[in-house]
Amino acid sequence: MAKQGKVEKLAPPITRQYVRELQRQNRMENLGRGWYKFSRNPLSILGAAMVLLVTLLAIFAPWVAPHPDHAEPFTDFGHAHLPPSLEYPFGTDEIGRDILSRVIFGFRLSLWMGVVVLALVVPVGVLLGLIAGYAQGTRVDTIIMRLTDVFLAVPPLILALAIASVLKPNLTNSMVAVSLMWWPWYTRLVYGLASTLRNEFFVSSAETMGASTAHILFRELLPNMISPIFTKMSLDMGWVIIIGSMLSFVGLGVQEPTPALGTMVAKGARFLPDQWWVSIFPALAIVAVVLGFNLLGDGLRDLFAGEEV
Amino acid sequence: MRLLAFLARRIYQSIFVLLGLSVLIFIIARILPGDPARTALGARAPQWVVERLREDMHLNDPVPVQYVYWLRGALGGDFGISLVTRRDVANDIIEFFPASFELVLLAGIISGVAGIGLGTLSARHKDTWVDNVVRILSYMGVVTPAFVFAIILLLIFGLALGWLPAIGRLSDGIPAPPTVTGLMTVDALLAGQLATFWDALKHLIMPAVALALGALSQEARITRATMADNLSKDYIATARSLGIPERIVMGRFLLKPSLIPTVSILGLDFAGSFSNAFLVELIFNWPGLSRYGMNAMLRKDLNAISAVILVLGVIFITVNIVVDLVVGGLDPRIRLRAARSE
Repeated sequence: MAKQGKVEKLAPPITRQYVRELQRQNRMENLGRGWYKFSRNPLSILGAAMVLLVTLLAIFAPWVAPHPDHAEPFTDFGHAHLPPSLEYPFGTDEIGRDILSRVIFGFRLSLWMGVVVLALVVPVGVLLGLIAGYAQGTRVDTIIMRLTDVFLAVPPLILALAIASVLKPNLTNSMVAVSLMWWPWYTRLVYGLASTLRNEFFVSSAETMGASTAHILFRELLPNMISPIFTKMSLDMGWVIIIGSMLSFVGLGVQEPTPALGTMVAKGARFLPDQWWVSIFPALAIVAVVLGFNLLGDGLRDLFAGEEV
Repeated sequence: MRLLAFLARRIYQSIFVLLGLSVLIFIIARILPGDPARTALGARAPQWVVERLREDMHLNDPVPVQYVYWLRGALGGDFGISLVTRRDVANDIIEFFPASFELVLLAGIISGVAGIGLGTLSARHKDTWVDNVVRILSYMGVVTPAFVFAIILLLIFGLALGWLPAIGRLSDGIPAPPTVTGLMTVDALLAGQLATFWDALKHLIMPAVALALGALSQEARITRATMADNLSKDYIATARSLGIPERIVMGRFLLKPSLIPTVSILGLDFAGSFSNAFLVELIFNWPGLSRYGMNAMLRKDLNAISAVILVLGVIFITVNIVVDLVVGGLDPRIRLRAARSE
């Protein structure tokens, strides 16, 4: 009996479970290797740490902000326009609100905007790109890609501003405006990848075996594009946050008293140069978030370099 | 001939893109909520006056018919009148465009010269402290939005130090030169008004630098990357081993092929500057097309919004075609590929 058991250990039967276990081990090894490569670059680690910090601040804003009530309708004219101090590290604004607390809540809004916009844009853009790329040379391809060209003919900021301006200025509408302008970038990226991949052997063999179009799009093509899409998403978080802050800067985004970083920069600009902190700290906060996501995105890109098709 | 064929094909494609863009703009302007006639006349205007204006603006016709009216006007350079100021939109655009162009042009020159310069410097001193400083600065430049640069420059040089005028195009009391090109600095020089030129230039510097910094950083990064890549190629080593002076190796053998990606980015940045200028012109109260468009958007002035976007679309597409031509001129591989595909 014992001997039999030993033989079984040497050559286990190739069951589904065993294959799954092997795949799991393989994934863990890849993950470990990826992390090693990623962690070699201190800038990538810095980026990841910044993103993590901002995310944690955003999630736990009501608990970590020194004055969480300052993100709501609040006035304290006795403490208006105070320069940075221990009590108010970023100073206070014209109605006595703690700017640090409002910046922390502003992170919340910026990240939320980035997440929602990407959640809307990535599936649509990727799906259209997959379809157009797989159906290359057909009428479907022409229609989708010409439509994409039209949206890409003008910088996204201008059309987003235009759409936001005809809608009511609030968070939902600014997310709609940015989303409407953003999907073509994913369509174009995925289109390029898909039109190369569709000529690979694994695609033609799936076709030969009678696999459905959905299977080819989502099980054969899509898994091979995850890295570039993921990298672009990380970089785009930064850009979406910038565009969001631009919208709120001109007053087409979230309205007072909800703290948006762009609005804070714009309102504070009136008090330059004497009360510089009202405007400058929110401005630096925008730069810090975007910097974090860009460093992270570049780290991911280096990690995936060579894997791209 | 090949060039003409290429140009013809690109223009032909662009016409469709522009038509599509005009549909898109029309949809934004007309389908989205809000009655343009009501917006134009204000909340207190009587209903029958609003009805009259709706009739006048063809707003009671079916949407496709409205589109045809609008497109026919736009093709003839008639974008209607501003719903807010009652001025002719086409005239407004002609009036405001030169100020934006002057700004974007200077920003383009600054970013091109400094970006390529810094990128070259960085590549030649790769992995030294010079390289590291340039890389860190250019990374910060890429992630900082233009309006943040504008605020910081305004704070430091405009308000705290007071070296440069904070807003506008000319100081009070300085005579404006007769309009020839519409570019204040050029017109002042043409008229021989040196004091005006100096004043106009001082007004121009801050907004131009605010616009240029982002583009400059990106160009520095691209130039450095391509140059560092090309520096390690065999043909450079060959040229050096043949005793060709470093100046010629750098200037003729290295710079030209390394500029190809930079030129592409430079063109896109130039066209993209018009969009970043939306906020920068607002901050510096610069009387350009972008501030005009921004104000039109803030006042829901639909005719002006549509016109500005369409004009910017034409600029964007034109710049893209020019970039393709220039890159084709720099890169023999692209020239040959284009020739073969004919």
